[in-house]
Amino acid sequence: MLKDGTLFSNLGITLCETVLSFLLVILIGILCATLLWYSKSASEILEPYLVILNSLPKSALAPLFIVWLGTGMTTIIVAGISVALFGCIISLYTGFRQVDEEKIKLIYTLGGKKKDVYKKVILPGSIPTILSTMKVNIGLALVGVIIGEFLAARRGLGYLIIYGSQVFQLNLVITSILILCLIAMFLYQCIQQIEHWYKKHL
Amino acid sequence: MNEPLLTLKGIDFSYHSLTGEIPALKSITFQVKNGEFLALVGPSGCGKSTLLNIIAKLSEPENGTISFQNPDGSIHYPRIGYMLQHDHLFEWRSVYRNIILGLEIQKKLTSKNKEHVDQLLKDYGLYAFRHKKPSELSGGMRQRAALIRTLSLDPEILLLDEPFSALDYQTRLTVSADICHIIRQSGKTAILITHDLSEAISIADRVLVLSARPASVKAEVNIHLTLADDSPLAARKAPEFGAYFNQLWEELSNEKTKKLNFLHKNPFC
Repeated sequence: MLKDGTLFSNLGITLCETVLSFLLVILIGILCATLLWYSKSASEILEPYLVILNSLPKSALAPLFIVWLGTGMTTIIVAGISVALFGCIISLYTGFRQVDEEKIKLIYTLGGKKKDVYKKVILPGSIPTILSTMKVNIGLALVGVIIGEFLAARRGLGYLIIYGSQVFQLNLVITSILILCLIAMFLYQCIQQIEHWYKKHL
Repeated sequence: MNEPLLTLKGIDFSYHSLTGEIPALKSITFQVKNGEFLALVGPSGCGKSTLLNIIAKLSEPENGTISFQNPDGSIHYPRIGYMLQHDHLFEWRSVYRNIILGLEIQKKLTSKNKEHVDQLLKDYGLYAFRHKKPSELSGGMRQRAALIRTLSLDPEILLLDEPFSALDYQTRLTVSADICHIIRQSGKTAILITHDLSEAISIADRVLVLSARPASVKAEVNIHLTLADDSPLAARKAPEFGAYFNQLWEELSNEKTKKLNFLHKNPFC
């Protein structure tokens, strides 16, 4: 497999799916948390649903995604998003709300509006929260992608694991698991580097 | 100096919570003269900050009016500069970028205003530190930076909400002297909230004593100290200082015993 390169193409697909769903999670997460922060009624209505969705085992949703979206890459990415998204929204929103009230008042005393509060205090003040949320979510996105690949894929490391176990090629299974460990470590290191860079440039 | 800049008449305000209504201010009436340094003292939690919020238009009074008379005859509401208890300099911005925050928000970052900021930085000895992070400054310098941030918007009235209370005593004396000097020099009108009577006497021209909640103006004391030097440190040595202190203390302690009696009579309150 190493020779014909299929291992690498499978690895590449899993990595690509993970990174894509991770980026989407962060983007949608920040957008949703912003919306919740902006509108009190939205947060009051949506918070219980978020808590329920967050504690729901997301693998239960995967069969639904297959029926709705087919067995392509979209399903896998959506599965990855579904695992990480709700926790991400909750922790970002909590982080936004923990910003010091007095700092918010300061912006108002300087003649700012709610928009300025968001741009000047909430967002820059929440960067540490965003970074720590990213650290958790890169792992969760990988979990979601592997679940998706178990159920629906024809390619990717998750598929290799399932395929290997079905044909009793445990060396294939264990190789894939080891590669997954490396991917997890690599992705975590990337976020760590971003964090270091941020701390240095603060 | 003598014409009133701001006149508050019959200001009422109460907080609404799920458990009921808490009256905070009750028919507050007073005037602030142009160029005057006014101090407000009162028992803690009596609603002094609420009053400043109303003057700064951060909250609306339930009853009463605020009228103003600009010395130049213009009809805009006086520009307000508000200094809070803590400096709240943002760690993710340099000192300079913290100071221009207000200008940035109000979209007034013109080259003229930038020059003004540079001049303020030079005047108050922070020019060399403008690219540093706030955490690299001392407590007094941070407070000065916060004052420059407020002054950069060229306010006509400065509201100071216990701006020195977070500092240790020694720093506090020098910083309050420092800031008082800056404000006097620029001829701004200022309203200072403090719970430190000697600070109020040494800095202000006039002290208003507020009653316990709901706050109303209980007494007014004009401060005249016979000392040529206007520094608050020298003011503390003035012969009248002790008398003013006792007078204010009496007014305040009446309020405190009233509050205690009230608590004794209504232990569940």
